[in-house]
Amino acid sequence: MDYILEGLINGIVLLVSGDEETYSAISTTLKVSTMSIIASLIIGIPIGFVLGYFDFPGKRTLRTISDTLLAIPTVVVGLLVYAFISRRGPLGSLGLLFTLPGIAVGQTILALPIVVSLTAGAVEGLDRQLKLTLLTLGARGRQLAISSLWEGRYAVLLAAATAYGRVISEVGASMMLGGNIKWYTRTMTTAISLETAKGEFDMGIALGLVLMLLAFAVNAALSAFKKRAAQ
Amino acid sequence: MGRFFKRTSLVLAFIAVFAACAAAETPVLRMATTTSTDNTGLLDYLAPLFKQDTGIELQWVAVGTGNALALGRNCDVDMLFVHDPESEEEYMKGGYGVDRKQVMYNDFVIIGPEDDPAGIKDKSVKEAMSAIASKKIPFTSRGDKSGTHMKELSLWKAAGVPVPEKEQWYIQTGQGMIQTINIAAEHSGYTLTDRGTFIKYEDNYKGNPPLVILVEGDEALLNQYSVIAVNPERCKEVHYDLATKFIEWVTSPRGQQLIADFKLLGKQLFFPNAK
Repeated sequence: MDYILEGLINGIVLLVSGDEETYSAISTTLKVSTMSIIASLIIGIPIGFVLGYFDFPGKRTLRTISDTLLAIPTVVVGLLVYAFISRRGPLGSLGLLFTLPGIAVGQTILALPIVVSLTAGAVEGLDRQLKLTLLTLGARGRQLAISSLWEGRYAVLLAAATAYGRVISEVGASMMLGGNIKWYTRTMTTAISLETAKGEFDMGIALGLVLMLLAFAVNAALSAFKKRAAQ
Repeated sequence: MGRFFKRTSLVLAFIAVFAACAAAETPVLRMATTTSTDNTGLLDYLAPLFKQDTGIELQWVAVGTGNALALGRNCDVDMLFVHDPESEEEYMKGGYGVDRKQVMYNDFVIIGPEDDPAGIKDKSVKEAMSAIASKKIPFTSRGDKSGTHMKELSLWKAAGVPVPEKEQWYIQTGQGMIQTINIAAEHSGYTLTDRGTFIKYEDNYKGNPPLVILVEGDEALLNQYSVIAVNPERCKEVHYDLATKFIEWVTSPRGQQLIADFKLLGKQLFFPNAK
């Protein structure tokens, strides 16, 4: 039991004393998750909007695919992306394997279905009345679409926060695509996994605390957005 | 609100791009290596010194030797730092690598719980392996085609014991060396490890580890490390020039002296023997 308590104390000491290795993992996670969340929002919001706003043949199927992908295992994404970005793979010339953008590609694929499905659901769920009101107010085409998206902004933020929660906590894709390179692609989750396997708990506990804190912040944001979205 | 978000995301995107650019300025040598050079802290110790001497940043992915060779074959790294002479030779014959040089050696040891349920202490490697197998005492294997795993397979073979592939007491971890030692300790079992990683393990337990060295000093247990540059003719995008610099550096008198000076618990982990 002693070593757990000792680990907790040492973990807090690492955080307070600004241990370089610990903070390197934290900043790596923040960097890579920022890249992937921005990419997934830029790609995902328009797709989600189209899926939720317009009616066209095949729409149901696309929604089902996106919903199914919500549960895609991180290691499967890791495997697929690895195969593509390895130098032997079709995108090998980009040199993405074992880099932060490489991890970001995998995480974007993980986050994308969340953004698409939740955005589509939000846009779909907007009051039909709203569309009519906007129409009678003289809104047309693009204006109408943008106003609808604006009305659903909190739901979109909700999607972003949910996706962010998935991205910062995943370990499979980060490990496989980043290679857990110290100072460079070692994220909080891969560092925790490595440190635990090595039987060293201090840094793992320190990073675990930060991750929990982040998860808490994301959740607080989520419930705030949910409240706003419901109004 | 919308403009704010747009602006923030633009700023963040720029930061990401700048960070990427800043990283691209220093030349980066990417190496695939065995877990022992990483777990022991040897590369943590060498990398800053290498950068100081040459300005090149060394980044490494720590996997088993088998995986490292595969990364080299796929052109995903610039060079390899590995320890399985047999598969290295095969790799060289396949034309995947150039400039293979010996760097250092240490030796493998068989470790296990102090009460030694199979009674292998100070026996020969052959006797020890057959004793473990006949008594069915837990033995953890890397199971990942790493240099250590290949060595272990050859030891079973030399002892005339079929590889206990599906036996319940034979635990294939598929993980790094220090992880595998920890799993052996959880099972109060035996495992084969390089001495460097074991000293690091001892250090983690402040010199009082649950598993101790039981068999050592057998000629069959020699562990030779080599560096190989990935063949630039097969892999156009590898940084052959950087790999050459590292190979020259690590086999130079300075590099060799640094390896000899690397100690944990006052013990030398690796013995330089570049030719």
